[in-house]
Amino acid sequence: MTKPRTYQTPAIVIKKTKLGEADRILTFYTPELGKIQGVAKAVRKPKSKLSGHLEMLSYSLVTLARGKNIDTVIGSQTLKPFLAIKNDLDLLSCALYITEMVNQFTPPETEDPQIFNLLAFTLEQLPEAADRELLLRYFELHLLRQAGYRPELEKCVMCRKTLETVTNSFAPSAGGMLCPSCQRLGRHYGYLLSPDGLGVMRFIQGGDWESISVVPVDCSTIAEIERLIRSYIRHLLEKEIKSALWLDSLKLESSQSGKV
Amino acid sequence: MEKTLPQATDAVNRLIQEFSKLPGVGPKSAQRLTYYMLRASVEQTQALADALLSLKQKTQLCSCCFNITDTDVCQICRNPQRNPALVLIVEQPQDILALEHMGIYKGRYHVLHGAISPTEGVGSGDIRLKELIARLSGGGITEVIIGTNPTVEGETTAMYLKRLITPLGLRITRLARGLPFGTELEYADDVTLSRAIEGRQEF
Ligand SMILES: [Zn+2]
Ligand SMILES: [Zn+2]
Repeated sequence: MTKPRTYQTPAIVIKKTKLGEADRILTFYTPELGKIQGVAKAVRKPKSKLSGHLEMLSYSLVTLARGKNIDTVIGSQTLKPFLAIKNDLDLLSCALYITEMVNQFTPPETEDPQIFNLLAFTLEQLPEAADRELLLRYFELHLLRQAGYRPELEKCVMCRKTLETVTNSFAPSAGGMLCPSCQRLGRHYGYLLSPDGLGVMRFIQGGDWESISVVPVDCSTIAEIERLIRSYIRHLLEKEIKSALWLDSLKLESSQSGKV
Repeated sequence: MEKTLPQATDAVNRLIQEFSKLPGVGPKSAQRLTYYMLRASVEQTQALADALLSLKQKTQLCSCCFNITDTDVCQICRNPQRNPALVLIVEQPQDILALEHMGIYKGRYHVLHGAISPTEGVGSGDIRLKELIARLSGGGITEVIIGTNPTVEGETTAMYLKRLITPLGLRITRLARGLPFGTELEYADDVTLSRAIEGRQEF
């Protein structure tokens, strides 16, 4: 199959790396090509006509020219500017976390329109969401599912029995829930999860945002779920998501200054 | 590098390796620079080596603004002609060079030595923020101008600075983020344009 010399695709910039004096290597997530990379020449100079369209989180229509080692970005036009995100520290920090997650959980050049839709949708909803933390949990659980790491929440992963309405455990290394008797075997480290917490987690995992967003969820329950998902992500990647640490420090500071 | 040249000695390879560590220098350029140095005179080589060493030995960071200097405090902080009540915050010492080149600004600076980059793991503790807040809390300063880059990292840093500095009750301004000089309106991106409109001035 011969590929065209230049091609055009909608793309969201999920990572950028400096290259040489003024160039950048950009990592895009696209609907039909998955995660791709392109070099943007002289984009760090103020006179670059491309720069504003190719910053992190830019949702643009990009044109690339095929190269031997890496493709070159030759054109870009903003489709959605996400202004509300870029003008708010907390929103911007959440958005960076979202892009870092997508980058970490996707292989290069593997088409997955659902992940693209999830990424674009979450960024769009971010400024509007009444409960931002709930939206982040929705994003995480749906990204994990799409990436092939859907945690098992219905049955015990060891004995396969349906979980009872008691305090069960979430075991990152087992990829899901353990019933109390399997947890007692001590083969996996498990975090206790209340029936309420498990119910909410199942609800987020199984539902669409329209139905989830209208249900008020206790913020301590969301924090409980966040801790479990975080340890599951850490187990899968064998490292931390760096922006999550930044989000933590922002949250800590705002709670110390009495702001919620 | 996979291929080592047959005639390359350890000394040659060592220099190639050191050059390759420099920003923007790939293995090919590192090789080119190394073979250039092989042909250079002893005097030229000595001059380069001296310059490199004295860069480390004779420069330090200004204890007030963290600019690179050969005297502490730096010439800008020492200059009585410059307004000590005005502090312009930049990411890198090179930014001061660019601003000083214009010669319009008459206040002082603070160099952060970086910008907050959540995805790279660069947080508030990794740049010179504590020193800035201590300096601003010390009194005598009425206005800070945030001059971080118009990038995601620069914006994150700017908004975080605003959050930190607001309780101190100082005037906070941001370098106008309008259209860069020489660009055409039609090629400007929406963020730039909207800010150019927001930041418009009486004409
Ligand atoms: Zn079991
Ligand atoms: Zn100084």
